This record gives sequence, structure tokens and C-alpha cells, in this order.
Amino acid sequence: MAFGPYLLLATLEGLVTAAVLALMALGLSLVFGVMRVVNVAHGEFYMLGAVLAWWFASLVTGHPAIGFLLALVLSPLVVAAIAFVAERLVLSRLNYEPEATIVATIGLLYIIQQLALTFYGPEARPVQAPFDMRISLPWFGYSAYKLAVIAASILMMLATWFALTRTKIGLVMRATQYDRETAQAFGIPVGRVYAGVFALGAALAAVAAVLIVPIQQAHYLMGLDPLLLSFIVVIIGGLGSLRGTVVAAILIGLSDGIISMFFSPTLAKMLATLLVALVLVFRPQGLFGTVAR
Amino acid sequence: MTNAKSLWLHAAVILLLFALNFLLPEYHRGIFSRVMVLAVFAMGYNLAFGYTGLLSLGHAMFFAAGLYGAGLTVYHLGWSIWPALGAGLLAGTLLALVVGFLALRTTGVAFMIVTLMFAQVFYLTTLYFTTYTRGEEGLVLPQAMRTLALPGASFSLTDPATRYMAALALLTIVLGLTLILVRSPYGRALIAIRENEERMRMLGYDVFANKLASVVISGLICAAAGAAYAVLFGYVGSGFASIQYSILPLLWVLLGGGATTLGPLIGTLFMFYIIDTASDYTTAYLLVVGLALILLILYFPKGIAGTVRERWLPWLP
Repeated sequence: MAFGPYLLLATLEGLVTAAVLALMALGLSLVFGVMRVVNVAHGEFYMLGAVLAWWFASLVTGHPAIGFLLALVLSPLVVAAIAFVAERLVLSRLNYEPEATIVATIGLLYIIQQLALTFYGPEARPVQAPFDMRISLPWFGYSAYKLAVIAASILMMLATWFALTRTKIGLVMRATQYDRETAQAFGIPVGRVYAGVFALGAALAAVAAVLIVPIQQAHYLMGLDPLLLSFIVVIIGGLGSLRGTVVAAILIGLSDGIISMFFSPTLAKMLATLLVALVLVFRPQGLFGTVAR
Repeated sequence: MTNAKSLWLHAAVILLLFALNFLLPEYHRGIFSRVMVLAVFAMGYNLAFGYTGLLSLGHAMFFAAGLYGAGLTVYHLGWSIWPALGAGLLAGTLLALVVGFLALRTTGVAFMIVTLMFAQVFYLTTLYFTTYTRGEEGLVLPQAMRTLALPGASFSLTDPATRYMAALALLTIVLGLTLILVRSPYGRALIAIRENEERMRMLGYDVFANKLASVVISGLICAAAGAAYAVLFGYVGSGFASIQYSILPLLWVLLGGGATTLGPLIGTLFMFYIIDTASDYTTAYLLVVGLALILLILYFPKGIAGTVRERWLPWLP
């Protein structure tokens, strides 16, 4: 294959990574933006979404699309419910103190990971894609499902954006983010908003996971890498800035796809992580963020 | 008076550990040797997290720097134990200096993420140079190389009793060092920075320099634990640089009690035995770690030694 098509393939793969990453990072960014909580267990919600997707899909027989759609609907709901309960039981009692919540979400990470290992096992299992079609380009055939993932991710992000800026729920969320105490004084149930945001963030991670399982298999350790990548995305995009998050996800996803196709993946990860750490050191507000109030 | 009391207490702890060498059955003596070395790691972490209030999620890199600094020089260059330990300490200290210098430009959540990322870079580096480190699989230091030369005698560190005594010696030195440190004006300044950084700056303290010194000493102690681990237990692997080993000292310190001199030792010992007991019944030991973290932070944020100090012994350092 010549260099041009090779680059096109890398770009497409990068866009798929970016699509999934953007959804996941959006959840992380939302939780951090509204609640000021760094959710270290975010990667485990992603993993849980994938594992549950496999479980739901294995429950039904018939056309693979039925199982996949069932997983796409139910898996995020279950994950959101778990996140909601965890928020009410643990995080709310810690008063959202940053360091305490970090420790608590680390604890949550281990619990979810261990439960997944115990009940799901150490195997990696795939979910069948809802349709099996290849779009043939002049140089190579490309899976139509991967393109559908990109489209689905864009739709989800538009829906989130719409909910945040055009609906009452979004208004309440933004008010809570802007000034918690004033929001409370105006009768906004801040505690319930926080729980809802935490659940929504987890659900976004689960959706990302359901979209990816037909491409990558579900495994109980699959959460760590996307967690670190979403941290990177959220930081580069500016902590709490949603637009920045999406731009950064595309940037990181594309460069990850392209770099790891041409260089050693370990080296690529090493340099990317170092670069991001330095960005955070010298530009703590991120590349697109504004200085914190 | 309180000074004398706390000195006696620490001396008694050391004496007790010394006596346990002769009393403990072989299996538990092995666990105690390991716990003492890892407790030193926790003590180093405690200096940054407990006393200075810097929540780092990257201390595995300092431990691993000591581990690799000592392990690789013994394995590849055939250095004897003393210079190898020196190499480990130097590696950890230099790393702490660089990382501290960069990471301390940030505070709070950003500090935590930056340290996490630097540690991840270190971890990936150990995987990348797999020709020398053998990655996750790690290196086993040959027994013949693990002899400690002292004036007049030489000891094999593979012997359980020697190993126990060497670990105890390290623990004694570091415990003494932290005790002196936290009671010195410098230690008081660190606590004051934790409590109110702005006020300390207003009072004319160089907050950055004090914090940097804290990170460097903390890194030095962690590297000492890592270097000792390499030569005492003869195994060097990437696992020790992974995120899990950044979180474990946090857990040990939280359980034992942050900002207490004995807390890290108590926490490490307890956690080891909790996991050891739990693994008799279930393989799900991570579940225990996770539950312990959540329950501790919810109901017991001061840890064992911290609670004892609050309720009964206000003089506990």
C-alpha cells in the first residue's frame, strides 16, 4: 500500500478512537466541571459498560442487532444506576472534598474491577456487531460499523450539548456548576443534581464502551488505558470545558491512531503522557481552557 | 516530658521488632521483613502526603527508581551491595528533584494528575527498555551477588535472619530520621504549609522550596525502601512502578494514620495481615483493598494512630 492510503487508514482508525474517547472524556469532564470531583473510577464504568454489553447480548438469540441494541439501551442504564447509588452512598457523604473523593473513587475502582473479575472472569469476549458490512474503498475495504460508531458518537455529543444548553435540566446543571450555594438558595436540589451528573457521566462512558465492544473485546482490565487517555483529553481541553474536551479528543485520538501506526505504541504513549504532564505543569488551564475563577 | 515519652515509645517499638526476630515463626518473620521495608516506603509517602499535604499518586516511581537503581547495577554491572544501594538512592533523589520541581508548580487535583502521569511515563519507560529490565517478568538477582560486606564480616542477604535485621536497621534509621524531622522547625513549617499555605507565604516562608525539599526527602526515603527491597528480596520488576504501587502507600498511610510517625508501620502491617487473612477465604483481595479505602475515608479519615492521638495520647508525634 502506498503512503497516502496508509495515512487514510490511520486517520480512520484514529477517528474511531477519537469518537469513543470523546464520549468517555465528556463524561469525565462533566463530572469534574459540575461537581469538581476527579472520578478515578470512570475507566471502570467504561469496563462495566462493556462487560454488561456482552452479558445482555448473550441473553438474546437471533439477529446480532437485537442483542446489540438491547445492550446499547440497558447497559448504560445499569451503569448509571450503579453510579447513582455510589454517589449517594459515598461521595455525597464526603462533602465532595477533592482529595477524599479521589481516595473513595480509587476504592470504587478496585471494587468494580474485582467484582468484574470474579463474576465475569479473566477472558476477553467480543460482542457481535449489529451489521456486518464493508465499504470498499479503492485501496482497502473498511468496516461500515466503525463509521457508524463515529456517527453515533457525534449524535450522542450533539444530544448532550442540546441537553446542556437548551433544556431545563441543562440550565439547572449549569447553575449548579456556576455557583453551588446560590443555586441551592434558588431551590435547586443540588444533591440530586450532583447524583444525576455523576450517573450521566458514567452512562456516557458505558455508551462509549458498548460502541467499542464489537471492535475491541470486553475485558476486566480494559478501563485503565481509556481512563488515562480521557484524563489527557480533559486536561488538554481544559478542565471543565466541554468544547475543549471534544477538540482535544479528536486531536489525541487522531495522533494516537497515526503515531501508533508508524511508531512503537509504548514509545508513543510515553511521549504523549510526558507531553501532557508538561502541558499541565506549564499551562494548567489547558490549551483551550480559560483561567479558573 | 512528652519528648521523653515519645522517644521511649519509639525505642520500645524497635526493641519489640528486634525481639520478634527470635519469637516469630518462619512464615511470619518473612512477612515482617517485607512489611518493614514497605513501611519505610509508606513513611516516605507520609512525609509528602501526611505532613505536607501533597496528595501524590506517583510515588511508585521513586520506589521503583531505587529498586531499579540498585537492581540494574547489581545485575548488569556486577556492583556490590553498598554502591548499588547508593545508586538507588541517587536515582530516586534526582528523580524526586526533577519531578518535584515540575509538579509543584501545580496544586491540588492537578498535582495529583501530574504525579500520576510522570509515574506512568516511568512505568512505560521500564517496559520500553525491556532488553535491560525484562519488563513485567522482571529480573531475579543471583543469590551470590546479594552479600553485604561490613567491616570485618560479610553477610548473605538471602538468610532470613540477616534479611530481617537489615530491614529492621533500615526501619530504625528512617523512623529516627522522620521523628527528628517532624519535630524540627522545618517539620513544623511543613505542617503549617499543609494547614494554611497563604499564611505561611505571608509570614515570609519560601513555600515552594519547603515543599520541594519535602518531596525530595520523601523520594529519597521511598528510593531507600526500593533499593533495599531489590537487594533483600532479589527481585526487580515493572509491577513495582505501576499505578497500584502508588496507591498502596496511600492506603497504608490512611489506615495507619497520616501525619503520625508510627502510622505507616501500623497501616502496612495491618493491611498485609488483612489481605493475608482474606486470601485464605477468597482470591478477591482487591475487593478488600477497595472496601478498606472507602470505609476508611468515610468513617475513619484519621487512621489508627491518628485516632489514638486524638482520643488518648495527644503527645504522639
